[in-house]
Amino acid sequence: MDPIHQFNINNLFHIGTIAGRDIHFTNSAAFMLLAVVLTGLLMLGTTAGRQLVPGRLQSLAEVTYEFVANMVRNNVGEEGMKFFPLVFSLFIFILISNMVGLIPYAFTISSHIIITATLALLVFFTVIVYGLWKNGLHWFKLFVPSGVPVYILPLIVFIEVLSFLSRPLSHSVRLFANMLAGHITLKVFAGFVTMLGGLGVLGWAGAVLPLGLTVALTALELLVAFLQAYVFAILTCIYINDAIHPGH
Amino acid sequence: MSNARGNGDPGDRPADEAALSARLRHLGERLDHQRASRPPEPDSGARPAADSSAMARGFRLSSELVAGVLVGAVIGWLLDRWLGISPWGLIVFLLLGFVAGVLNVMRAAGVTTYGGPDRQG
Repeated sequence: MDPIHQFNINNLFHIGTIAGRDIHFTNSAAFMLLAVVLTGLLMLGTTAGRQLVPGRLQSLAEVTYEFVANMVRNNVGEEGMKFFPLVFSLFIFILISNMVGLIPYAFTISSHIIITATLALLVFFTVIVYGLWKNGLHWFKLFVPSGVPVYILPLIVFIEVLSFLSRPLSHSVRLFANMLAGHITLKVFAGFVTMLGGLGVLGWAGAVLPLGLTVALTALELLVAFLQAYVFAILTCIYINDAIHPGH
Repeated sequence: MSNARGNGDPGDRPADEAALSARLRHLGERLDHQRASRPPEPDSGARPAADSSAMARGFRLSSELVAGVLVGAVIGWLLDRWLGISPWGLIVFLLLGFVAGVLNVMRAAGVTTYGGPDRQG
C-alpha cells in the first residue's frame, strides 16, 4: 500500500569491498543490466540477418537508427555525427529502461536522481572537455554574447555562466521527476481500487472509477516514457551543438 | 522495374549478378549524391520544438526556471560560507540565478535563440 515502496533499493548479492565500502549488486543494477541486454538483443539480434528488404524487427532497429540520426543531423549538423553513439546510447538506454519500468513489479531506474544526474553530468562534462579540446579558449565565447555593450558585459557573463551551470540540474531533474511522479500517481490510484474493493458491493461500484483512471494513466505513462527519453536526447544534441559551435 | 525484379531469383546466370551489382552501385552513387546535397549545417535561428505535448513543454519550462534559481542559491550560499559575507552572496546570486532561469526559459521557449549572431541580449 506504500506508494514509494517500489523505489526501494535492495541488495541482491555482495560483489566485493572497495576502500572499506561494500559493493552490492542491487535491483537497480539488475534492471540496468536488463536494459542493456534487451538493447543488445534488439540491435544485434535483429540486424544479424541484414536483409535488403527488412523484416519487421529489422525495420524497428533501422527506424530507431534513422530517428536518432536525423535528430543529431538537424540539431548539430553532419559534424555532430561523431557524437551519434553517445546520443543513441543515452536515448535507447532511457527509453528501454522506462518501458521496462512500466511493467508491474519492475524497477524504474530513471526514478532515482543519482542515475539521471550521472547521465546529465556525463553530457555536461563531455560538452566542456570536447569544447575546450576542439576550440581551445575560443570555447569561452559561449559565455560572451556578441553585440553587448561593455558596461553590462560582466553581468551578462555571470548570468550566462549560471545558466550554463544550471543545465545538468534541469536536464536530470526533468527525467527523474517525470518518472517518479508518474509512478507514484499510478500506484496511488491502483491503491484506491483495492481499498474501495474491500468495502463490499458499494465499494466495487466505486472502484470502477480509479480502475479506469489507472488504465488511462498507464497509457499516459507510456507516452511520458518515450517523450522523456526523446527530450533527454534532443537536449543532449542542443548542448553538444554548443561544444562544437560556440561563440558565433 | 518489374522485369528487373523477376530476374533477381537466386540461382540465375552470372550476367544477372553483374546487373544486380551494377544497380546496387548506381543506387549507392545516388545515395551519396543525396547525402552531399543535404544542408551541412543546421539553421541556427529556428530550433525545432524539443517536445510535442503541452504538459511536457510546461514541465520543461518550469524546471528550467527552478534550475536557474537553485543553482544561483547554492552558489551564493557556498560563497557565504567560504568568504563569510553572509547574507550578501545569497542575495546577489539568488537574483542572478533568477535572471539565468528566466534566460533559460526564454531560450527553451524559443523567444531567443541558443546563440545566433542576432542574439537579443
